[in-house]
Amino acid sequence: MEKRFKVSYFLNFLGVLAVFFLFVLLFENNAFGRSTQYIKGISTTACYTIIMVASLNLVVGCMGEFSLGHAGFVSVGAYASAIVSNGLTGKGLPDIALFLVALLAGGIAAGLTGVLVGIPALRLRGDYLAIVTIAFAEIIRVLFCNLSITGGGKTMSGIIKLSNFYWSFWIMVVCITVMYMYVRSRFGRTVKAIREDYIAASASGINVTYYKVLTFTVAAFFAGIGGGVYAHYMTAMIPTNFNFMYSAELLSEVIIGGIGSITGSIIGASFLSSLPEMMRQFSQYRMLAYSVVLVLVMIFKPGGIFGAWEFSLIRVYERLTGRKGGWEKSRKKTEGGV
Amino acid sequence: MTGTEGTMPVLRAQNLGIQFGGLKAVDSFNMEIGESELVGLIGPNGAGKTTVFNLITGVYKPTEGSFYLNGQSMNGKKTHQIVEAGIARTFQNIRLFKKMSVIDNVKAAMGAKLSYNLFHAVFRTPSYWKQEEELTKRAEELLQIVHLNGKEDYEAGNLPYGEQRRLEIARALATDMKLLLLDEPAAGMNPTETEELLEIINYIRDEFKISVLLIEHDMSLVMKICERISVLDFGTTIAAGTPEEIANHPKVIEAYLGKDDEEVEEDA
Repeated sequence: MEKRFKVSYFLNFLGVLAVFFLFVLLFENNAFGRSTQYIKGISTTACYTIIMVASLNLVVGCMGEFSLGHAGFVSVGAYASAIVSNGLTGKGLPDIALFLVALLAGGIAAGLTGVLVGIPALRLRGDYLAIVTIAFAEIIRVLFCNLSITGGGKTMSGIIKLSNFYWSFWIMVVCITVMYMYVRSRFGRTVKAIREDYIAASASGINVTYYKVLTFTVAAFFAGIGGGVYAHYMTAMIPTNFNFMYSAELLSEVIIGGIGSITGSIIGASFLSSLPEMMRQFSQYRMLAYSVVLVLVMIFKPGGIFGAWEFSLIRVYERLTGRKGGWEKSRKKTEGGV
Repeated sequence: MTGTEGTMPVLRAQNLGIQFGGLKAVDSFNMEIGESELVGLIGPNGAGKTTVFNLITGVYKPTEGSFYLNGQSMNGKKTHQIVEAGIARTFQNIRLFKKMSVIDNVKAAMGAKLSYNLFHAVFRTPSYWKQEEELTKRAEELLQIVHLNGKEDYEAGNLPYGEQRRLEIARALATDMKLLLLDEPAAGMNPTETEELLEIINYIRDEFKISVLLIEHDMSLVMKICERISVLDFGTTIAAGTPEEIANHPKVIEAYLGKDDEEVEEDA
């Protein structure tokens, strides 16, 4: 059992490394000619969108609660990390250390906000919670429009450009790994039990409120880190960037990708965040295309394109080599699905 | 009343009651359950049996009275705290974690006993592997007890009805309780399944030395396995005693079958 998992982790690491070197190869050899830089930029966008969408998937897929205010956490993370990196610039820190410290600050700020919002809000369920999260994101937006430290309603500019594709890629990998490990541990199991039936969960000795707030906080933390990468890539932002539409976009990416599937979040986010860039001339119709896709997905695949299915290299490996069952009993059902 | 003289009762309910607005759903409910005792709670529909369960498990807060587990007051405690203290239950309308695997249903109920934290989970430390492995082993043992071995990886919601009921029992066992509350465990089961369930209940009672409080409509089952029975009607206890006493108790017969015409006239 343990051995199979360890082989699986190793294979996944090799897979990630292979993908990384593929990108390095493409970008360093200018495979796309003059648009290489441009595509590199889009890939960076995809990286931070993946972090945000996967973190929202913790709430929507794993916990089964609707959050329409994820942009609020993203903006808290973005501004907090930007403020920290502005303050620390010129203190002799190497760029990568500065970046990591700023991201961590963004994540912690967003996580703390998550605790503050989660404790009262998570007593509500379903539609009521959705409304409260919308309200929260709006409060954050209005607050940042009126604070001088965030540049008020004007653009906060001059954030140093620390995000590049290579760093963003590895930050994304680390974030996804941590979220995956969270879901595939007693924490994920507990939260899924709460999603399935909260009365039965509390009758099984589970402290429902605690685990809900914890998961909400973890999701907010990673949303904040995503926001930090965003801020240091864009180098300028206004609070209205993080409006309701942004939350809705993230949510639709979760739903289209697959509710409860991290694979789905990765594919959904990278595809949907780069699509409008690739079709620049139609970009104003983006939301229209989103809604059409969303309606089609809801009709034909209500659980999202990937459902709760996860891509697993070890399953591919086992199929190719016919080694299935060579390790101890494989727990397919236990492994599959967030 | 007590089954085991001299020792502290596992559960003691004292004048327990709850009022919803003007309705007294349960009124001054008294009960003592001794160690390894199997007590039945019966009564017509709407008598307040499930409400008693909800009071004892902390789903409702009693408006009067109090109850104790091994002499420890459970008043005002939250459901998960009461479960941790040692009272577990099953539900009348099965409440499983339907989209999770059978074994994960059991593991989820054991989560409170795992001590590894976020750090261990993220870095997959040896302590994570050790605890998860022990957990899996224990869960498999419990599934064996309710005859669900070999079905670990099934989705819980896809199990047949009788097996879902048994899985609920396994999940309750996973919490390591001292008192098990079974809410109509034989509802909707055929005689063979009921027989199997009976064996399981007796087995876990002997094996784990736990006390059982059972709500059941199947009179033959109640009469067969319960050592003592309490009868509820309209929220009040109308009778308590051994199965033989209950079977011939005039008030119980009245509650279930109504009064004779003559008696009604006499009363009027």
